[in-house]
Amino acid sequence: MTYIIKPANHHPNLERNELGLTRRDYEGTISTLCAGCGHDSISAAVIEACYQLSLSSDQIAKLSGIGCSSKSPSYFLNQAHGFNSVHGRMPSVATGANLGNQDLLYMGVSGDGDTAGIGIGQFMHAARRQLNITYIVENNGTYGLTKGQFSATNDQGAKSKYGEENLFAPIDLPTMAIQLGAGFVGRSFSGDKDQLVPLLKAAMQFKGFSLIDIISPCVTFNNHVGSTKSYDHIREHNESVSSLDFVPIGEEIKASYKEGSKIDVPLHDGAIITLEKLSKKYNPLDKGKAIQGLNEAEKDGKVLTGLLYINPKVKDHAEILNIANTPLNQFKEADLCPGKSKLAQINASLN
Amino acid sequence: MDTKYLFKRHNTYWVKVAVPKDLRKELGFDLRSSLHTHDLIEAQKLRNSIVDEYKALIFSTKERLKKTNQKSSVKTFMPVTDTSNPQYYHKVVDCQYACPAHTPVPEYIRKISQHEYTEAYMINWESNVFPGILGRTCDRPCEPACRRTRTHEKPVAICRLKRVAADFKDDVSNLLPKALKKSNGKKIALIGGGPASLTVARDLLVMGYECTLFEKDPQAGGLMRTNIPSFRLPEKVLNEEVNQILDMGLITKFNSEIKSLKEFLTKDFDAVFIGTGAPKGKDLNIPGRKEAEKNIHIGIDFLTSIAFEHIDSIGKRVIVLGGGNTAMDCCRSSLRLGAEEVKVIVRSPFSQMKASEWEIEDAMEENIPILENHVPKKFIHNSGKLVGMEFEKVEAIFDEAGNRTLVPTDDDPIVVDCDDVLVAIGQDNSFEWIERDMGIEFGEWDMPVVNPVTFQSTHPKIFFGGDAAWGPENIIWAAAHGHQAAISIHKFCENEDLLDRPSPGVNLVSQKMGLHEWSYDNDISQAKRFKVPKANQDISLKSLKIEVEKGFDANLAMDEAQRCLNCDVQTVFSESLCIECDACVDICPTDCINFMFNGLEDDVRKNTRIPALNIEQDLLVSKILPTKRTMIKDEDVCLHCGLCAERCPTGAWDMQTFLYEEAKVYS
Repeated sequence: MTYIIKPANHHPNLERNELGLTRRDYEGTISTLCAGCGHDSISAAVIEACYQLSLSSDQIAKLSGIGCSSKSPSYFLNQAHGFNSVHGRMPSVATGANLGNQDLLYMGVSGDGDTAGIGIGQFMHAARRQLNITYIVENNGTYGLTKGQFSATNDQGAKSKYGEENLFAPIDLPTMAIQLGAGFVGRSFSGDKDQLVPLLKAAMQFKGFSLIDIISPCVTFNNHVGSTKSYDHIREHNESVSSLDFVPIGEEIKASYKEGSKIDVPLHDGAIITLEKLSKKYNPLDKGKAIQGLNEAEKDGKVLTGLLYINPKVKDHAEILNIANTPLNQFKEADLCPGKSKLAQINASLN
Repeated sequence: MDTKYLFKRHNTYWVKVAVPKDLRKELGFDLRSSLHTHDLIEAQKLRNSIVDEYKALIFSTKERLKKTNQKSSVKTFMPVTDTSNPQYYHKVVDCQYACPAHTPVPEYIRKISQHEYTEAYMINWESNVFPGILGRTCDRPCEPACRRTRTHEKPVAICRLKRVAADFKDDVSNLLPKALKKSNGKKIALIGGGPASLTVARDLLVMGYECTLFEKDPQAGGLMRTNIPSFRLPEKVLNEEVNQILDMGLITKFNSEIKSLKEFLTKDFDAVFIGTGAPKGKDLNIPGRKEAEKNIHIGIDFLTSIAFEHIDSIGKRVIVLGGGNTAMDCCRSSLRLGAEEVKVIVRSPFSQMKASEWEIEDAMEENIPILENHVPKKFIHNSGKLVGMEFEKVEAIFDEAGNRTLVPTDDDPIVVDCDDVLVAIGQDNSFEWIERDMGIEFGEWDMPVVNPVTFQSTHPKIFFGGDAAWGPENIIWAAAHGHQAAISIHKFCENEDLLDRPSPGVNLVSQKMGLHEWSYDNDISQAKRFKVPKANQDISLKSLKIEVEKGFDANLAMDEAQRCLNCDVQTVFSESLCIECDACVDICPTDCINFMFNGLEDDVRKNTRIPALNIEQDLLVSKILPTKRTMIKDEDVCLHCGLCAERCPTGAWDMQTFLYEEAKVYS
């Protein structure tokens, strides 16, 4: 085996971001996933997004469950916090972490098994509670670690590598998340970084639950003729509802769009998501129309991608609960035990 | 069912238009795209406009190619790289490409790291004839070309690794060819016993030619013997490699200086090769030159006299004039002859000295001061006894075109005391012995007119090579010239067209052994360039014969060899296997790989992931892929680590060793 460590050398002209870091500084260890795995492209997109946003790794926490997808946080942001939790239980851990420290940027990395299978209950409640997290589903429609059984997101009638047909209807995670009230729902394709990187950037800056369902072909078990999650199938059936630019605060909008097709969505912190609608029928700001569009596309065998739904007005979990913004580890003893006089004050206020 | 131009892929209708054979290099086998429909009737409706579009593209490409063939049109996109042209991959192997003899450098460095020194030596011997000599004295055009200068900092010590191969080899006598026992009846004369003539002899002897060498000195070797001091090139090493050729069956006539070529031609030779070098040192005719001539010596004559042990002493204070390698050898030799105070004085600024960087370093390590911007004005003598030299201080001014003028400063003239002066300010050719009325045309600088490809002069029977052909160069050039001249002489004797040059030998072999296993070491060493150990100065400065550099030992050689990036292990791309998963783009440590839309080269170079600004380095351009994009790889800083191929799920990338062997007369 000469599975070498990726050489530290980078291109002499590699650019640096505001923090003086190169894209290479956001990498993790070398991937042990199969060669050509869509998940690796997603890792590269996460690296690119964090680099472009000039995020500091120590302000990011990567959380994951179990599966090929959940291994992938090892392959990006080496310096970030990380928690590889129990199968399907990443949302619980993320909820706890979120309550403990709201200053971190939470990135949940899960797969179709971890989310739509064993962890679906956890996923639903995290969405319902508006947990402040960027929830990435690396969706390949198959259980790669156990050699290619259908997962819950695999399409009815799709063929497995061994020729059997899938008898059950799929769970469409974006539809479900929209219904549950998630404020930011997108879908993308691991093979389309031009779409995925801005989508990730926008999701990471969105306050509240943001889901990105990323179709990520499993080269080993789900990239054959008859699969609906293969590179070829997605390229043929991909229909982007909008093209998207994420414009951080203080940057001017550079992209120019056809008149009438542009929507600017301001986020809570002043950053702007600029959308160019590619489909006349589809409206990402209307919950009902978004669900309707997704249902129709499913019937036509199309895979809708892009920013499917956004509600910039949602309140996130901490806001709803009205809890203190200060991370728990920054509370001093005096803050936590304010003393007798404070107690008396509170008691008095209860009278 | 009308399915003209249609085919089905994954239940979806696609349109496909075949590309005529002569355009496949440009457009691929066919043009195709998905119609995004499962419905035949819809597909039939949709196909027409696309078919028309494709036909228009085929037509316009045909027209464009016609124009390109007339050499009048501008290309609108980069053509698919023709990797079957050996020069494409050859150019990727920077060191080999830069080497005049095109020595397969990475190939022999790998042999060294496998401790196969004899094999490494023979690869060198085949190509550059004098590995032990060149491993100590080569001008190393390969090293500034080394990819490491672009990806890291300092190049691999290619030259000194060559020496390692020579130092640690086993007995190679039974591996060396001998002259054919049966002569082919053709006789070749070689005038001058230096590296160019010896190379011609080596190549022609194995073809059955009877070769006779004429040398004015008592021994063969030319400037390798007379101009390179023993402390840089021990006589033993020189003799070994010169004798390898003499022992093949070369007839030698030493102490035979040819005084008239016209007369020489009356002898019975089928062809004559002239490799007499550039044997005349330039003189400095300034006041006092004549009066003080007893203590003024021409640098290369001085070195020759040392080589043949005609002189063994020099004055206490020595000035060496000149900034080239000869000057460096002169000053260091003077120290060893007992001079106590040696100074090198140059006209130009230090940064513009002609000597190789490492030779300047070696001189400075021996505490020899180098005075820059000093133009010699006169020799000061005391009734014929040299006592010093006067210099004018100047400043180098460069105009916009980069031309240099040395402008005197206001400083007073500088006088440097000395007992002896060595003039090493350049060399000239000397062809007084060639009559100008015998059919050899002479051109600029009184140099013979020589064909740069065939090395033939305007006299069909007479060939030139080495410094005699184009003026002072290095040994490696002489070897390269020798190989080419040998090919020409053979073709001349066989009445073949001299310009019809033989093709190089090329071989491309996959290195894949397993999923992540390669038969070459693809890990990138982060070690800094290793220094060659040197002899203690207390000892080495006392003798002309003690070699200063001790050479790498086996361990250091191994570590240095590991620094080689194996640029000859090529990244070979097969479009038909690529599924455009981007895995290679993501893993490439130096962002060489791009999947992008093709266009004009200038635009492509601007739009790669990291702009491909080094236009000296080629772009590898694939055919159009199913998503209409093209794979474009910038060869500039590729580490040849093979990670693209390791992360490729379909084997569309493969690492293949490219062996390029420059054609020899016998190959």
